[in-house]
Formats: sequence, structure tokens, C-alpha cells
Amino acid sequence: MNARDEILASVRQALDGADRSRVPVDRAYRTAPGYGDLVALFAERVEDYRAVVHRTTGSALVDVLGGILAGHSVVVPHGFEHELPGSIARVLADDDLSAAELDVIDAVLTTATVGIAVTGTVVLDHGPGQGRRALSLVPDLHVCVVGADQIVADVPDAIARLDPARPQTWISGPSATSDIELNRVEGVHGPRTLHVVVVE
Amino acid sequence: MTGTFVGMPAFPEAARTALADSQLRTNLARATSTIRSKRSAAVAEVAEWEDLRLAGAAIKDEVLLHLDEYLIELEQSLQDRGAVVHWASDAAEACSIVAGIAQSHHIDEVVKVKSMVTQEIGLNEALAEVGVAAWETDLAELIVQLGDDLPSHILVPAIHRNRAEIRDIFVSSMGKAGRPAPVDLTDEPAELAEAARTHLREKFLRAKMAVSGANFAVAETGTLVVVESEGNGRMCLTLPEVLVSVVGIEKVVPTWSDLDVFLQLLPRSSTGERMNPYTSTWSGVTPGDGPQEVHVVLLDNGRTRALADEVGRQALRCIRCSACLNVCPVYERTGGHAYGSVYPGPIGAILNPLLKGPGHDEQTDSLPYASTLCGACFDACPVRIDIPSILVDLRAQVVDAHRGGVPKPEAAAMKMASRTLSTSRRLRAVERLTRPGLALARRIGARAWTRARDLPDAPPEPFRRWWQRTDGGRR
Repeated sequence: MNARDEILASVRQALDGADRSRVPVDRAYRTAPGYGDLVALFAERVEDYRAVVHRTTGSALVDVLGGILAGHSVVVPHGFEHELPGSIARVLADDDLSAAELDVIDAVLTTATVGIAVTGTVVLDHGPGQGRRALSLVPDLHVCVVGADQIVADVPDAIARLDPARPQTWISGPSATSDIELNRVEGVHGPRTLHVVVVE
Repeated sequence: MTGTFVGMPAFPEAARTALADSQLRTNLARATSTIRSKRSAAVAEVAEWEDLRLAGAAIKDEVLLHLDEYLIELEQSLQDRGAVVHWASDAAEACSIVAGIAQSHHIDEVVKVKSMVTQEIGLNEALAEVGVAAWETDLAELIVQLGDDLPSHILVPAIHRNRAEIRDIFVSSMGKAGRPAPVDLTDEPAELAEAARTHLREKFLRAKMAVSGANFAVAETGTLVVVESEGNGRMCLTLPEVLVSVVGIEKVVPTWSDLDVFLQLLPRSSTGERMNPYTSTWSGVTPGDGPQEVHVVLLDNGRTRALADEVGRQALRCIRCSACLNVCPVYERTGGHAYGSVYPGPIGAILNPLLKGPGHDEQTDSLPYASTLCGACFDACPVRIDIPSILVDLRAQVVDAHRGGVPKPEAAAMKMASRTLSTSRRLRAVERLTRPGLALARRIGARAWTRARDLPDAPPEPFRRWWQRTDGGRR
């Protein structure tokens, strides 16, 4: 008997005599209270994690990005459709950049798939405009553009909008650790600076 | 590499040693009280928290009661998405599978995301035996590994170390494992984190294989989920070519949408945050993004034994948040090492005996007794595991496992008591001895009791004599 058969047999034997009817799950928790201005809540909660939040409009976006990325080298994923500011020192496309090559690039610029207001989270599903996962991981500065219409209230709303077939990265602030005497320290392995730009 | 829990003494003895360590007690008291308040605040924000707990418990129960079906579904979903699925009945099998994958690629070092299950199976030691270095990348696990130490907490494994000790460990040991720490390294947490970042970065960038666990495994879609804070998870899950994830069979959840419960319960219960910094999800292989060879090892290692225990089965709902550790008055004082397992605290006190069975060894048998049964753990548990009831049931199982053979003093005393109480003649005879008996006990033999409690005073006369003398209190 291989391990698979062994384990499945053990499971069935363990449950022999147990009541195996379906266990009902009450989804009452999905009925969320009204949250009012989601964009304001989102901005507040993202800032709570020491990420930098900008609120802007479509026409002013390029200037906001220009301010953040001036003088930097930036990797821009395929399918990123917003206008790029001229102040960027070097724009790189992701032509199969190695991890070592990514390590010497200052910044990465992406869109997102959904923003969660209650938890201050942006979720990337690494489709067009977001790039493969390594892109938003290795450079030290991550600038993420989120449309106001992409912001939902809470986790269940986000889960409903996301496709599990896509790899996802849920980001709530820059990387951090509290392993040293429970002192929260920002900036371990992920990008140490996160800017979230909300376009209304 | 790290030390091993094998050969740890039973809890009472281990606890006594731990209690004498005042540095440890100070660290722990501060740590657990800080996390407790953060957790309370985070939970208080959520009006529907009880609904979430009930849903979490129900979803997990549904999985456990149909685990064979969900495991088969998970395997199919994973394979459909290009992952290779392995099954391992025990620790040795699992280690052998992981080692085999490394060897087949001629790999001599792997990077690891923090994973309790890989500690449970002793993976690092098994890999070392075949010449594969396993680098821990979680900061606390790095501290434990470099310090040749043992983890003492599920979430913050190096909580027993203060910053000065961490600095010393980095300065003395980082060089042996890779890039050495800067000689002028101070004990400022920010600098220590920076030293860890620099030390580990070169490993992330060159690693060909990573080993992870998974917080959840979605049966419907073959999606694995890793919840973390530092980014080392993201590094391990996306940069290497080969990824092996070892997943306990109890980690399954039915559907993607079920995650909307657990991704709320876990961050608030564990670190007391609304959401942890990074959560990664992936379903098998994504062409052009991340590891192109993905393995999942489904592990039993005693979980089916726990599954068979009707009272204890709910312990498998555990999502490893560590809320129970932080509210436990016993854990707060003894820390994790005293429990002799990678799973300490209240959950460890039930999980270890359930995975191994009662009567397996003295150390495991001592764990259900490492509790005052105050119930704080049950209140804190996001999936409503009734830890106190399981503890009591396990105590009965431990006693039953030791019946026959030479009776323990407690068993002998119970037997004598039951003989004495069984006839009124014997009871009357013994009653006469109450006063001199208690006086004697105070002088000798009752020290174990009287160290923390008072013996009762003897009444002026035995109850029966009083009853006869006063005609039942009427005279």
C-alpha cells in the first residue's frame, strides 16, 4: 500500500461512526455594516501601516508619479497603461530580468486588482500592468496605482472579486517584523517603501 | 543547525527550570501582554467576530468530517494546475521526499519560509544528513538557527531572546552561515533587521529551491496560501526554480470563498493587525512567473489519529494563530521550551498527545496536566477549539493508558480511599483518625500539597459522633 492509500484508509477509519452529514456554515458575517466613504477609509488604513498614500485624479496622476519617481530607475510591467512621467531616470521593461538585475533597480510601478478599505490592503494578481511577482518584490520602492472604483469594503468583497487561478500578493504596508522584542521594525525583505496612489 | 526537542523532560520538571529564568519571564510577560492588548483591540473592531468564529469552526469541521473527499479533490486540483502531489504517512517519509527532490536537482542548499510542520518533521536535520543546507529566512527562525537554539513560541519563536542576545548571536554566527554581520553592529532592532536583510538577500537571490508550508490549501482550486510579514515568504515562493510545500492534511479548506473567513480570523488573532503585510497565494505553476516546478507533500504524521478522537478532533481546526499561547497564564510563565515541542502552549498540550497517542512517552503524557483549566484559551481561539474539555479528556486517556502494572502513588491512594469509603464500618474507623492524621500530615508527607495550599483543620469531633450525640442536630 502506498502512502496515499494508507492515509486515505486511515482517514476513513478515523471517521467510521462519525456523523458525516454536511456541516452548515452560516454566512451572516458577510453582511457588512455600511462603511461610508470607502476611499477615505482605505487611505486612512493604508497610511496606518506606514505606507505613503496619495489621492489624485486621472489628469494629475502623471505629476504625482513624477514626484515620487524622479531620478529613479523604474521597472514598468507590460500592460501598464498610465502615462509615465519624464522625471524617471531610466525606464526598464521586464525582459526576463534576473533577480540580481532586479536588485539594482530602484523602483517598480504597478497597478492593482483590488483595494480593501477596512484592512488597508492592495491585492495584485500579477496580470497586465502588475508584472510577475518578482518585479514587485525585489526593488526597494513599490509604487502602486489603484483606481477608486477598485476599492471594496472588506475581505469577503475582495475574495469575491479575485480569481484564485491567478497568483496573488496581498500587500498591507511595507514589510515589517516584530520578532525582536516585539518592536515593530519596518523594512525587512520586501520593498521598504510603499506608495499607494489612489486615482479618483 | 537548530537543537532538537528529543529528550526534553516532562513538563513539571522543564517548567521549574524555565520559571527560574527571570530574563525569560520578563521577556515573556512583556511579549504576551503586548500581543494580548493588540489582539483585543483588533478583535473589538469587528462587530461580526463571533459569526466569523462560528463560521471558521463550521468550515473546518466540514473539512475534517469529509477529509478523504477534500484531499482527493485537492490532489486533483493541484495536478490540474501542474503541481506534483506527494503523500507522506510520517515524518521520515516526508523528509525523504523533500531530500529526494533536492538531490534530483543536485541542489545543496534550500531556503525555507517559516513552517511549523517542517520543524515537526525535523526536516532541517534530515536534509543536513544528506548534505543539503536548509537556511531559515524568517527573522526569528534565523535567530534560533544561528543560535543553535529551539523555538519557544509559534508566532515569535525567538521571543525568549532580547536584543543584546540577538546581536551577539548575529555577530558570532552569521559569518559561519554566509555574509557576516557588521563588526560594529548595535542592538537597535532596526539595525538587527538590516543585518538580517543583507545576510539573507544573497541567499534569496541565488537559491534554486525553496521549502515552505502553507496556512491553507484550497481543495476546489488547488490554491496554497502563505501568510507572513517580512517578505521572506515572497522571496522563497517566487525567486527559486523549484518549490516544495509540506502541508498537513488538516490545512485544507473547501473553496476559495471560504478564505474570506480565515483571512479575517488569522491576522487579528495572531499579530493583532487588521491584515498582515504580505499574503501570497498560488495555484500550481504559473508560466513565466515564479517556480516552474511545484511540489506539494501532504502529511499525516499522526493527524489521522487525532481525527479518530471524537473529543480531540476539533484540535485539527487549529490555524496556528497562537492566540491561546498569549492568554495562557501557564505559558506566560514558563515559555515554550518547557512544553518540549514545536507546538507549545494550550494547543501544544492537546495536539502533541493527540498526534502521538496517550502512553507514548512520559513527556507527552505530562502535557495535558500543564494547565489550570481556566478556559482563557477557548475564549481566544478563533475557531472555537474547546481546549479545556480536550485537556480533561486527555487526562483520562493518560490515566487509562497506565492502568495495570505498579500503581502510581496517586492511583494507590485513590484505591485506598475507595475501599475506605465503601463501607460505613471502615469509614467510621478512619474518621476517628482524622485529627491525629491531619496533624501527622502537616508534619510529614503532605509537603507536595501544602506548598501551595492549606490543609483543612480537623473538626472537634467526627461527624457521626456529633450526629449521634445531638440526634442529628436536634438536641
